[in-house]
Amino acid sequence: MAILFYIFGAVAIIAALNVVLQRHPVYSALSLIVVLCAIAGEYLLLNAEFIAVIQVIVYAGAIMVLFVLVIMLLNAGEEVPSSRSRVTRWLGAPLLAAFLAEMLYVIWRYAPMITNVTWESPFGGPKAIGRLLFNIYVLPFELTSLLILVAILGAVVLAKKQL
Amino acid sequence: MTTFSDTAFLVVATLVKITIVLVALLTVVAYLSWLERKVIAHIQSRWGPYRVGPHGLLQPLADGIKFLFKEDIVPLEADRLIYLLAPFLGFTLAFLSIAVIPFGTSFQLLGRTVWLQITNLDVGLLFVFAVTSLGVYSIALAGWSSNSKYPLFGSLRSSAQMISYELSLALAVIGVIMISGSLSLRDIVEYQQAHGLWNIVKQPIGFLVYFTAAIAETNRVPFDLPEGETELVGGFHTEYSSLKFAMFFMAEYTNMVTVSCLATILFFGGWLGPVFGPAWMQVLLPVFWFCAKVFCFLFFYIWMRGTLPRFRYDQLMSFGWKVLLPVGLLNILVTSLIITWRQG
Repeated sequence: MAILFYIFGAVAIIAALNVVLQRHPVYSALSLIVVLCAIAGEYLLLNAEFIAVIQVIVYAGAIMVLFVLVIMLLNAGEEVPSSRSRVTRWLGAPLLAAFLAEMLYVIWRYAPMITNVTWESPFGGPKAIGRLLFNIYVLPFELTSLLILVAILGAVVLAKKQL
Repeated sequence: MTTFSDTAFLVVATLVKITIVLVALLTVVAYLSWLERKVIAHIQSRWGPYRVGPHGLLQPLADGIKFLFKEDIVPLEADRLIYLLAPFLGFTLAFLSIAVIPFGTSFQLLGRTVWLQITNLDVGLLFVFAVTSLGVYSIALAGWSSNSKYPLFGSLRSSAQMISYELSLALAVIGVIMISGSLSLRDIVEYQQAHGLWNIVKQPIGFLVYFTAAIAETNRVPFDLPEGETELVGGFHTEYSSLKFAMFFMAEYTNMVTVSCLATILFFGGWLGPVFGPAWMQVLLPVFWFCAKVFCFLFFYIWMRGTLPRFRYDQLMSFGWKVLLPVGLLNILVTSLIITWRQG
């Protein structure tokens, strides 16, 4: 199990790097899909099968489809590196290093040890998630759905303004 | 020691099951094309394939050989990597969803229970939806990477259609999930067995919405606008030839089979049917009933193609969003009201 966990993790990290390094937006988007699927694999290994499948359906299957379609419709070509300003050239790398160091510190300090992770804990099934969502977290859950509804209505109003 | 032999048994049994299912599925897909040509021909008072083998029964083989030997053309301006990736993606994803489909009940072998299903996921139904939702990429990328006008238009239409009807497809089965209380396909069939009633009786509207959306999802007549020959040449796969075209072709037919399997499991009791006779009949008859029901759906698909004209594109979209989606939502509302009323 642990080996698979590292394999999925490696795939996720390499694909994530590819998202940034690729010049072509379609390749970047496809790499992002690979990242999402690899993370879904990690969820699956932790017995959170519901979250894994929802991750694929919602992020890889719905949101990223929209991204890819928009890129296709805009016919976005290869990105040409812009003449970088002096500030980004001198500050970019140190800022990135600082950010990574901070992340590493937080993970090192607060994340649970790998020995505490149990492979078998059945917390990610549909029943368990449903209980949590509709008992303890029912208010945030409903508020979020309301927010999404408002966003959808806003999008429709903006898109159909001229009708 | 026992645990090791258990694992070994599981691995071997699963490998055998995968092999059998894959071979059977490939044969079904090949002969589905023969059946389609034959049935359409008879609907139109023709004979259909007749030369290769008796009643043209070897026609799929001849088609396969032809696909193998055709020249494989890649357009000059195509994005080669994605152009190659798209058919493989569609093909793989189409075959992936068959993994959670239960074909029959279990039987005892060497003191262990073997289920006629490759694997039973707790979220089997969602797994199928996840795989089909990824199938859109194959079509979208095929059209885009060909770098040609007609495939691009075809793939845009196709993707928009699949995204729109996926919603209704998922909404239509929520009723079934609510009454059977599980996302596992095996549990859904066992629920119908326990209650002695197929879900179609309780969810007739759910079934109608499901099957309509399923036909659109698989890009078939009367919703086959992505491939409308008269306006789009061939749709998203216009530039594809040889084996790559065959892969799209097989993916489409496999999706038809998957959708028919799901319809059988969710609404028509899966493998349930009259079972009698000795032990081996007890195992084989459920599989027979399952295949017979799936065959009815596949025949219905072909029958529709021989009967109905094609929709217009705007009609298709407004039908999906303004009729199918509200009806699906209403079905969920009414179902949940009835469930609450009967419990309370």
